[in-house]
Amino acid sequence: MTPGGKALAEFVAEATEILDALGRDLLALDEARGQEADPEHINGIFRAAHSLKGLSGLFGQERISQLAHAAEDLLDRLRLGRLTLDDQVLDTLVDALDTFQALLGEASRTEEGADLSQRTRDMEDRMARLGSPPPAVEEDPLERLELDATVRAVFTEYEEHRLRENVRRGVALWRVRAAFDLTDFDQGLADLNARLKPLGEVISTLPSSRPGGSTGIAFDLIFGAKVAAHALEAALRGTPAELAPLAVRPPVEGSPGPAFDMPPPPSGREETDAELLLAADTDEEEPDEGSAPPGGSTSLATVPVTPVGSPPRMRAVAPPSTVVGLQAAASAPIPAGRPKVEETSLRSLTQTVRVDIGRLDGLINMVGELLLIKANLQRLAETSRQDGTVALSKLFGQELSRETRQLERKLEALQEGLLEARMVPVGQVFDKLARLVRKIAREAGKEIDFVSSGGEVELDKLIVEELSDPLMHLIRNAIDHGAEGPEARLSAGKPRRAVVRLRAEQKGNHVVISVSDDGSGIDEVRVREVALSRGLVTPSQVSEMTRRELLNLIFLPGFSTRSSVSSLSGRGVGLDVVKNNLGNLSGIIDVWSERGKGTAFHLTLPVTLAIVRALVVGVSGRTYAVPLNSVLEILSVQPRDIRTVERREVLDLRGQTLPFLRLGRLFHLPEREVNRHFVVVVGLAQQRLGIAVDELFGQQDIVTKPLGGRLSRVKGISGATDLGNRRTVLVLDVAELLEEGIAQERRRA
Amino acid sequence: MKFKVLIVEDSKVSREHIAATVEAVDGVEAVTTASGFEALKLLPRQRFDLIITDINMPDINGLELINFVKKNPNYRDVPLIIVTTEGREQDRSRGMALGAAGYLVKPFQPEDLEALLRRFLKPL
Repeated sequence: MTPGGKALAEFVAEATEILDALGRDLLALDEARGQEADPEHINGIFRAAHSLKGLSGLFGQERISQLAHAAEDLLDRLRLGRLTLDDQVLDTLVDALDTFQALLGEASRTEEGADLSQRTRDMEDRMARLGSPPPAVEEDPLERLELDATVRAVFTEYEEHRLRENVRRGVALWRVRAAFDLTDFDQGLADLNARLKPLGEVISTLPSSRPGGSTGIAFDLIFGAKVAAHALEAALRGTPAELAPLAVRPPVEGSPGPAFDMPPPPSGREETDAELLLAADTDEEEPDEGSAPPGGSTSLATVPVTPVGSPPRMRAVAPPSTVVGLQAAASAPIPAGRPKVEETSLRSLTQTVRVDIGRLDGLINMVGELLLIKANLQRLAETSRQDGTVALSKLFGQELSRETRQLERKLEALQEGLLEARMVPVGQVFDKLARLVRKIAREAGKEIDFVSSGGEVELDKLIVEELSDPLMHLIRNAIDHGAEGPEARLSAGKPRRAVVRLRAEQKGNHVVISVSDDGSGIDEVRVREVALSRGLVTPSQVSEMTRRELLNLIFLPGFSTRSSVSSLSGRGVGLDVVKNNLGNLSGIIDVWSERGKGTAFHLTLPVTLAIVRALVVGVSGRTYAVPLNSVLEILSVQPRDIRTVERREVLDLRGQTLPFLRLGRLFHLPEREVNRHFVVVVGLAQQRLGIAVDELFGQQDIVTKPLGGRLSRVKGISGATDLGNRRTVLVLDVAELLEEGIAQERRRA
Repeated sequence: MKFKVLIVEDSKVSREHIAATVEAVDGVEAVTTASGFEALKLLPRQRFDLIITDINMPDINGLELINFVKKNPNYRDVPLIIVTTEGREQDRSRGMALGAAGYLVKPFQPEDLEALLRRFLKPL
């Protein structure tokens, strides 16, 4: 593969990621200098060097590949215990990281400096020379572990080394056995790992199709425990895990004793249980399964550790239905230490924005002009001070206000310039998504043409980053659920290949991004049925819903029309999460669909989150800010203009009914008697709402800061802002208020 | 009917390289996963004609995957190819002992992989 522009960029991006990861592990080792190194960090660095070697080899980056090879060798010796991690080794690794970064820098500029080449060779030599004599070899501690040879046969060299180390140190070793449902075993295992990791080292994870039935899968985790048996039992309570100690023969004289007491041998009645359990195991497994060998010499003594209040045998922990699983995944906190699934986020790891040098020059010029104004103001201040008691002339006042106006204009321009610098074309994400489409389509067995447009539309970098995952989800949905297979399309009289479109369009202060397909569309009748059957809405509510409102039910948490989870979209993330993500960006999502013709999702987003112009309003003596980008108009209405329709207040606005929300009531503020209301009409996408306020104070640029703690969950408030005169006011969340308006409608219906 | 090859490899670049090489052969389709767990999930759902797996992976290692496949009557006949790097002879020989049908040492030439595909996917 020759490194062309795009391929080179891809190589640099991935190599950067690898070096970042390597750097993090190295930092952890460096911080723990002098203490015993965590094997996970050493293995992490080894894996990084290994990946880097493969990557650079593939892209013909010889120098990086060579150095990575040397580093991998060194790290391999290190992780297999053939080399001790001392200061010298650590320093070498830190220097090696520097060299890698320098090499990557040159590679990105397609340079190959002789100096760096020499430095690279020196570094390789230095790494090769490192080496403390391997510790005196005694008897192999692994020989003392009573573990079936067939189990040992599936350990990699590294895992075997870790096992050996644990035996040598006298760590209590356990076999943790657990069975799970095939559909969600990774979550169950992640939970188990999260519980186990603080208590020791998970050395290996051995899968077994039995016992587990046709839909289940069992795992044996070989675990080295740093804690005593009862602590381990306590940590695993409530999981399907069963513990069995791995027997270790006492070490030859002089070796260290076990770090913790081995669990006492089962006695009396319990012993019978253990034997029964072992017999049951043997029945279910093939003789050569390894973990439970047949007959007399039990290499694995099995002790049932029965969690209080749960049945003793392994149980599959399958959710009763797919939908419940989805709900749980969407709302439950993600367990710590959950392994990364293949679905890697498209978000970039860095928060860097590349800025055109011309833009930066413009900003610098502006700063120069600001300095000039500052000098003028300084001169004016100096004059006024020297003149002392003399009354300030009118001329002086004029000069001062001229300078202030200048200052204001320049500051505005500077602000605008800085905002522009944060802008990046959405095409950055579109390109990444385009690469995914082929793969998704292939996995789904669909034939897809992917068309994207409007990639040049610019949005705040932050928004673009946050958008990538929701867009990926919508595109997966379009391919997985929207587009029909080629045969189905032909028989429906459509072209064989389905079209998925991704389009960005600037509309005033907002950008609308749409994801559409020409597939089968959403069946609103089915949507209604499902929403009813899940208890998300009541029959009286749906009877009054328009088709659009029915379609929008798909965004409710707990909604899924799929009877099975696909490996593509079904990762426990529903459209409600997509909607939430967009809400965090002050955006809104809308769906349109026509049976047989297709589906389109429209995402309406503000251009930037950084600084917005806001309308400052007063309600019951309190002050609030309303982002101006969602304000459509302001009305002055008499109390008699407010009508009540179905116990809900509305206004007539040019023949249309406008939902009416009294902000004071929503925030439980004392209401004032007024003879007229100001109504701020806000809208996003198709939704409109009139918000009643008492006073209008004017417009101001604001920077919204998030609220911490409990306040962050207050409905209708997106954050706080400082109005300059040290007054902090709350900023209304228009998207949420619109939601609230709709929700009230539903509740009252 | 196309032959379906499952590729289990955690390194993205390597995975895509293998997939591209596999798909370059007429009549062969590649399905890729980045982890052993994902492979365990896919196995019961799709029928594969060949599995290509890396050895050193984060969740379960390739040897464990081979052992799992070979112990399961539903998949035991699916040939497995190990992909390793130089210097990992022990892992490689263990893989072969567990029933892998062949191995490939990274970095490999596309022809090497193609030859393996033609050996195990018949008639290709």
